[in-house]
Amino acid sequence: MNGDIGLWAVPIAMLGGAIRVSTPFLFVSLGEVITERSGRINLGLEGTLVFGAMAGYALAYMTGSAWIGVLAAALAGAVFGLVHGLLCSLPKVNDIAIGIALMLLGTGLAFFFGKPFIQPVAPDLPAINLGWWSDLPQVQAALRVNVLFIFGAVLAVGLAWMLKRTRIGLTLRVVGDSSDAARALGIQPARVRILATAFGGALAGIGGAYLSLFYPGSWNEGISSGQGLIAVALVIFARWSPINCFFAALLFGAAGALGPALQSVGVTTGYYLFYAAPFVLTLAVLILSSSKSGALTGAPRELSITK
Amino acid sequence: MNMAAMAEPAATYTKPDSAKGAIGIETVGMTMRFGSFTALDNVSIQVKPGSFHALLGENGAGKSTLVKCIMGFYHATSGNLLIDGFDGDVRDPRDAHAKGLGMVYQHFTLVPALTAAENLVISRADVPAVVNWDSELKDLRAFMDAMPFRVPLTEPVHRLAAGEKQKLEILKQLYLGRGFLILDEPTSVLTPDEADEVLGHVRKLCEAGELSVLMITHKFREVTNYADEFSVLRRGKHVGGGKVSEWGHSDMAAMMMGDAKPAEPASRIETSGAPVLELEGVRARDRSGLGEISIASLSVRSGEIVGIAGISGNGQMELMEILTGQRPTSAGTIKVNGSPYHATRAESRRLKVRYLPEEPLHNACAPRMTVAENIAFRSFEANGADTRFWLAPGEMRRRAEHLVADYKVKTTSIESPITALSGGNVQRAVLARELDGEVDLLVISNPCFGLDFTAVAEIRARIMSARNTGTAVLLMSEDLDEILELSDRVLVMSEGALVYKCIAAQADIPTIGQHMGGHA
Repeated sequence: MNGDIGLWAVPIAMLGGAIRVSTPFLFVSLGEVITERSGRINLGLEGTLVFGAMAGYALAYMTGSAWIGVLAAALAGAVFGLVHGLLCSLPKVNDIAIGIALMLLGTGLAFFFGKPFIQPVAPDLPAINLGWWSDLPQVQAALRVNVLFIFGAVLAVGLAWMLKRTRIGLTLRVVGDSSDAARALGIQPARVRILATAFGGALAGIGGAYLSLFYPGSWNEGISSGQGLIAVALVIFARWSPINCFFAALLFGAAGALGPALQSVGVTTGYYLFYAAPFVLTLAVLILSSSKSGALTGAPRELSITK
Repeated sequence: MNMAAMAEPAATYTKPDSAKGAIGIETVGMTMRFGSFTALDNVSIQVKPGSFHALLGENGAGKSTLVKCIMGFYHATSGNLLIDGFDGDVRDPRDAHAKGLGMVYQHFTLVPALTAAENLVISRADVPAVVNWDSELKDLRAFMDAMPFRVPLTEPVHRLAAGEKQKLEILKQLYLGRGFLILDEPTSVLTPDEADEVLGHVRKLCEAGELSVLMITHKFREVTNYADEFSVLRRGKHVGGGKVSEWGHSDMAAMMMGDAKPAEPASRIETSGAPVLELEGVRARDRSGLGEISIASLSVRSGEIVGIAGISGNGQMELMEILTGQRPTSAGTIKVNGSPYHATRAESRRLKVRYLPEEPLHNACAPRMTVAENIAFRSFEANGADTRFWLAPGEMRRRAEHLVADYKVKTTSIESPITALSGGNVQRAVLARELDGEVDLLVISNPCFGLDFTAVAEIRARIMSARNTGTAVLLMSEDLDEILELSDRVLVMSEGALVYKCIAAQADIPTIGQHMGGHA
């Protein structure tokens, strides 16, 4: 086979791209689902993502183990989430304002501490070759799936199960739906929200580690192109369901892969326009899912944006 | 053949260990002070095991303070709580629950997005880490079978009707093995039929010795029909009580009000007038965006009150929003005095349309602005027929002072924020603003919700006198008694449409109740 498959290359490259590009979306949005289900919104995940990318890369480089990098990114993310959760538990503190502040703080700190790690090369995360059955190099390339993607898919199912069938899941939904009911049940909403935000931060940190340790696979200041923010919109699109998040992340990933895929078959006009596809999609999704009258169905009632 | 079914291990409901049937409680000399204010003054009442006790009193009489002391939300300054004759020593609500005391709040404490089953399970003290829904549902069904009434278990609570929610609240308390239950105005959101059903079942549970009940209520009918004893609080003091069978409604009302005389109901004078408000084929989306509000035809004449009865959530709020211009319509025409009406500020001023929405503090006031400013909202930019650019603070103040005195709004100053006023006084202030000057059409929603006798009587008298002077009044209320007292004509709203109409004087309550519940 010479691998010349004509225009088929575009959908195949988009599938591969979707899987590659979607992983950070998946992790950030899964984390945000848990945070928002508790009734808080954390807009700071963009900063957490970038800091996680830096921390993960730095630790992976220093220890020589990509997995220690992922762990460090998760820890750093959890710390950011914890800070957000604690600050928002103070009276009269707005979660959106804190989120924006932490987004800027996270990226700023990442750039500050990340300077020495732009040159060195850290080990990559391993990938599994699911395309072994095909002779086509394009298919093989598309199906080189990272372990974190598979972990994310399993996590989506696990979180859906947790929300439905465990005490933790029920508690989370109670707190997100009605603080008063939660207090009447003897649950402390603030504590649940702090933990949920910390968990969300940890997942966003892992999403960042994926960026710097697998795809694109290096640390630089332009590593994130707004994935952390897009993922927040994605959660609304996914109607706060972890399973939907998985598919929504794939869709956004595919949109993100459109530019490179077209470039690979030689379409170069409107190059930057295709790169903007995820942002256009975000706008389209927000407009389509908006409603002039009535609250969003399925939205946690304690969420400040739905109140 | 039944043997096979019986041989199958039937799921049986076993009560939690804490359940010991009805619990009796007694407060002994309970006093609660907040700073220099005495909310509760040496109150001793006794609820015997298995009795249904009504707690009466005007707003601010100390009823909620008393029950909060019983439930451990507050710690009484002095006095004791006895549970089954022993020192209760309730430290906090959780401790009260553990001792078998439960409370059903006026506002639902169910979690709307969760199903009934999930709500019941999460309310338990021992929620398993992983919930096995198959076995939980089996247990819950067995529990429901042992109860006098039931609710659908797998439906999310926000889809349940108000009556079903209230039943679920009570079921939850029984599921948790509570032997003493405080009900805080449990029927305020129910139709008369639903109220009778729920209270009837609660009464049966009391008679069976499963439960003792302390019910806060404003409705004498419920006291006579369901309670066996009552206590009355006034200004924090226990001023009377006894066996329900030995006292009449007027005695109870006299105990509640003391020397205060409620305003005389304004008499209804004969009026006849031209139609002021006319709606024709008006359609709009409802709040969920899934249903539709569809008003085929509605007209209100000058000098009449048209009452719209209905259970909350059947489109009254949306109709109010359509009339105030807050909700876009997809079809139909709205006319006031024959000219099309879109609820702009200019139109409402020209056509003399005024509103008194429900919860006026949130829907008709800027809570942190002053009483004077709030009263000026209708008129601050008017300068005769023209508009003005600079405000006229002197005129605003004079108008506010005049209206505050006229409507007896109790406020420390017209410069205090309106949110500092009590519910009845906010209502008076807004009504003063809306009825100031000539009014052709007044649209009102739940004007007396949560107000005490004196305020209710006065506000109803104001509405009636507005009618008598030729104002067309459209009154939406969840309180059927209020509709029947004030209206000339009664309409019933159910699922977004007007489904029934009658002359108020010939109204048949059971028929109206059936239409309200959508069962006719």
